[in-house]
Amino acid sequence: MKILVCISHVPDTTSKINFTEGDTKFDTNGVQFVINPNDEFGLTRAMWFKEKQGASVDVVNVGGAETEPTLRKALAIGADTAIRVNTPATDGYQVAKELAKVVKDGEYDLVIAGRESIDYNGGMVPGMLAGLLKANFINNCISLEIDGDTAKATREIDGGKESLSASLPLVIGGQKGLVEESDLRIPNMRGIMQARKKPLNVVEPSEGAAKTEAVKFEKPAPKGDVKLVDPDNLDELIDLLHNEAKAI
Amino acid sequence: MSVLAYIESEEGKFKKASYEVASYAREVANMMGTDLTAVTFNAEDVSELGKYGVNKVLKISNDKLANFNAEAYADALKQAAEKEGSKVVILSQSANSKYLAPLLSVHLEAGYASNVVALPEGIEPFTVKRTAFTNKAFNFTKIDTDVKIIGLSKNAFGLKETEGEATAEDFSPNLSEEDFSVNVESVDKATNKVTIADAEVVVSGGRGLKGPENWGMIEEMADILGAATACSKPVSDMGWRPHSEHVGQTGKPVASNLYIAVGISGAIQHLAGINAAKTKVVINNDPEAPFFKAADYGVVGDAFEIVPKLNEKLKEFKEKNA
Repeated sequence: MKILVCISHVPDTTSKINFTEGDTKFDTNGVQFVINPNDEFGLTRAMWFKEKQGASVDVVNVGGAETEPTLRKALAIGADTAIRVNTPATDGYQVAKELAKVVKDGEYDLVIAGRESIDYNGGMVPGMLAGLLKANFINNCISLEIDGDTAKATREIDGGKESLSASLPLVIGGQKGLVEESDLRIPNMRGIMQARKKPLNVVEPSEGAAKTEAVKFEKPAPKGDVKLVDPDNLDELIDLLHNEAKAI
Repeated sequence: MSVLAYIESEEGKFKKASYEVASYAREVANMMGTDLTAVTFNAEDVSELGKYGVNKVLKISNDKLANFNAEAYADALKQAAEKEGSKVVILSQSANSKYLAPLLSVHLEAGYASNVVALPEGIEPFTVKRTAFTNKAFNFTKIDTDVKIIGLSKNAFGLKETEGEATAEDFSPNLSEEDFSVNVESVDKATNKVTIADAEVVVSGGRGLKGPENWGMIEEMADILGAATACSKPVSDMGWRPHSEHVGQTGKPVASNLYIAVGISGAIQHLAGINAAKTKVVINNDPEAPFFKAADYGVVGDAFEIVPKLNEKLKEFKEKNA
């Protein structure tokens, strides 16, 4: 089984978010970039398939050279080969289109992407990729088993979960649950050394054309001060919630 | 040429979020000077939609669509959009809508903007405001395609009633076998529980509660308020509560009217995830906890003393205002 894991290169979850160039660009100054958490759950599940079922695992990112340390980290975690499509990611459709070419060229059976990246939160690349490939698609995936060319998966729905089955080729929009937080792997020294020697292939972009454009960013208006209520006067809290906030 | 709205239902009934999608789509139709068509799947009585500005309802009734199926639903919506010549398709941001929207986007070659929180800035160019960086920022996205898809964030627009009646028309899309190649084997859903996605009020507990055995008072508060229960990331990582309750950047987003956090210090990832909640209350014994900077109302003190007292008072309030 050939698995491709799509890796988004995103600011660490603790990052302060600022913009530059007249609020048109994300300010990367002082920001540490990581593997998108939703992708990392998928990568870790892919490593399980590699170790238990003999799958091969490649990782791919659509982006400039600055994303290579993130791909190297995925190699250090255990992926076999990394692919970087050498073009800035501009919108979900363009990224999906570039990924579709990589999937076709590499004849992958299973593609695992995170349900959304934590920077643009588009939540569209896995579904668009499946649509472009005419492959089966399961989103919000919280468990995945593969037997031959059949997948059994669990999808989180609002207020519960759903068990699904589908044949390969399959695209997964993954999230926590594919593996647990405690299953995530911190690359060890041996992994990091090996990752340096593993192939990181840079391929040139194809016809990926964006359909949307992020024209501007804005930070939320600063919040007013919190109103503190004395623990011995909880009636005041209820009064504020009812009459001022109209929340109860 | 009409605006098309995907109106979700559950067991034949519409949810509040469905009326919100209709209200918003009505305004977009007004901006474009056109009509609003709604598409429903196995809904019983669709007359209510007229109140929110829907002119026409395409009613799909098909037993094969009893369970949600992203590909089949996307195919049906594509055919509805083509039949109506729709230039804008509007849907909610429920788990199901988020599942089908990118598939529909490929089918219609439409640009898709998710997590939209306001009416379009304009029609030419077509620019919408959406949240990004998990609610730490907003992003204005220009959609360049002829057909556009908008995913409307919950509670971002509200309900707007108007005068009007909707005409209903049966619609039978041609569905192929490939539309059903992902099989739903079983659905496991608590029917009597308020979900985080639908809840008006969410009551959430953190590590400050010291252990899963202390969640009784959180559940009691949720019962009194008709709220969903939630928790912080460490709490779900330690297995005190199920993952499905984890709210925050890597968990579920919260966009309820009211969010009550008990014993949650307010890590930046948590605050990002709950930022869209309208009113935030924090109860914590540490006055330096970062949550106090993000909250509207705060109580500094021991949750084990405050919450039971607050529950009593909320019960009295609810009885008086029932």
